[in-house]
Amino acid sequence: MTVDKNLLLQFLLRQGDNTLILGHRVSEWCGHSPVLEEDIALANTALDLIGQTQMWLGYAAEVQGEGKTADDLAFLRDAWDFRNVLLTELPNGDFGQTLMRQFLFDAFQSVLMGRLMSSSDETVAAIAAKTSKEVAYHVERSADTVVGLGDGTEESHARMQAALDFLWPYVGEMFESDETDAAMAAAGIAPDPASLRAEYDALVARVLAEATLTLPEGRYAHKGGRTGRMHTEHLGHLLAQMQWLQRAYPGCEW
Amino acid sequence: MYAQMIKTAHSGVHKREDMTPEERAFQDKIDNDIKIEPRDWMPDDYRATLIRQIGQHAHSEVVGQLPEGNWITRAPTLERKAILLAKVQDEAGHGLYLYSAAETLGESRDELVRLLHEGRMKYSSIFNYPTLNWADIGAVGWLVDGAAIVNQVALQRTSYGPYSRAMIRICKEESFHARQGYHAIMKMAFGTPEQKKQAQDAVNRLWFPAIMMFGPSDADSTHSEQSMAWKIKVKSNDELRQQFVDQTVPQIEYLGLDLPDPGIKWNEERGHYDFSDPDWSEFFDVIKGNGPCNVDRMKDRVTAWEDGAWVRDGLLAHAEKKAARKVAAE
Repeated sequence: MTVDKNLLLQFLLRQGDNTLILGHRVSEWCGHSPVLEEDIALANTALDLIGQTQMWLGYAAEVQGEGKTADDLAFLRDAWDFRNVLLTELPNGDFGQTLMRQFLFDAFQSVLMGRLMSSSDETVAAIAAKTSKEVAYHVERSADTVVGLGDGTEESHARMQAALDFLWPYVGEMFESDETDAAMAAAGIAPDPASLRAEYDALVARVLAEATLTLPEGRYAHKGGRTGRMHTEHLGHLLAQMQWLQRAYPGCEW
Repeated sequence: MYAQMIKTAHSGVHKREDMTPEERAFQDKIDNDIKIEPRDWMPDDYRATLIRQIGQHAHSEVVGQLPEGNWITRAPTLERKAILLAKVQDEAGHGLYLYSAAETLGESRDELVRLLHEGRMKYSSIFNYPTLNWADIGAVGWLVDGAAIVNQVALQRTSYGPYSRAMIRICKEESFHARQGYHAIMKMAFGTPEQKKQAQDAVNRLWFPAIMMFGPSDADSTHSEQSMAWKIKVKSNDELRQQFVDQTVPQIEYLGLDLPDPGIKWNEERGHYDFSDPDWSEFFDVIKGNGPCNVDRMKDRVTAWEDGAWVRDGLLAHAEKKAARKVAAE
């Protein structure tokens, strides 16, 4: 079954923009983390995310068919063209907020990548197969850290609960479905995100219980990132930094 | 090279006739290139000097993340960003090996970090210089890691086993760093006029700080002699500096950039390049804390450590609870 090229492109941008923007955020920690092992782990996570971005955006550029590259897509689009969920563009906050954000995202990726490995699109399946190995240890590490800090001292517990309360309203967007998702599901390229929610909730509930943290009751979801309708104010600043060289010296080879 | 001005803890080179039998056996091992291992007897001064040298080296790896990290979020392509992330991750990893090597001498990482944060230990002067344009990232890999390799290749033969083994491992990664740095600056030097200008600016600013990394001239290095006898130090500062200059000048010429020092000239008779002495008063200013970035670098490190206290405490508390629960269950 053939799929509308533009819808496939939207789907691929959502994948690649999530990893690009989160990778950027995580890389901001370089040299500033609480302990040397975490500097290594954060750089490693950011590196994996940027590597995944190269694959997703590389394929997106190919599908787009305008002779662009992954770099063109990363460095020369404006904020309204980005399709990442809002969760990934939120500022780092403290280390607890960074790791909680990572866990909430990793848990989603671990469920999604498992399904994408059997995508009807061979390239998507291949990217997912490679990514899923990285995602498996990302979620293991971020879950362990959430548990360690949630079940640590009174202060670390309070900070992790605050991080969860702040981030939880950004979780729902990952499970939104629209016409792009419907087309991907119909073509067997990707599952409908809504269908991943139960598995996600079970994983998150298990980790949060071990972390002695309380899942917020509200189900309100901030949205607008993955459709590009309305990003946060933070994304523009992030892009100003990330894209500066390419914008200031256009057309160079680096 | 990430250790400079390491004071050897001693008063003059020990003469063989003044040595105790233990010291003599120790010196014999060194003279026969037998590595000293953590459980072996060693003079207190040997241990203290090594702790200073390895500790300073470790701190340099950790602080060295900052000038490069300064450009990760602005790297111009995904590939450059990935390479830089991998490199900075390696540096942090080198810090870990080196702190572990220091631990084998009985000094904990926490203690070394405390001494750094109190200003009682140093890191290499080079990391007190800023990275101002993207070509600096190439230049840091090529010149700074290049200088580090010259020193560290020599240190693979150092007498203390764990330090020597750490150097062997580190050198492999450093050569990748230097190559990627040269490749990055090559793109700039052969790129647009604006890119070439950035490359020239980077070389001009970083040349003298890079050759200062080897430390002051041998004539002014009062502490080298005993360290050489103990093979903690294997080659003199001036020998290493000359080696670095000789390998680097042709690379600058290949890039088509102007030499950053008008004193650089091939000396047929010596078979080496002549070059100007750096401004050593600047070096001593930087060492004393007056470099362009000393205050920022230390502020970043101390703030990271203090802001991260709750994380370390939290993870420790959890590990203790977990262990206690395990005991209770058994």
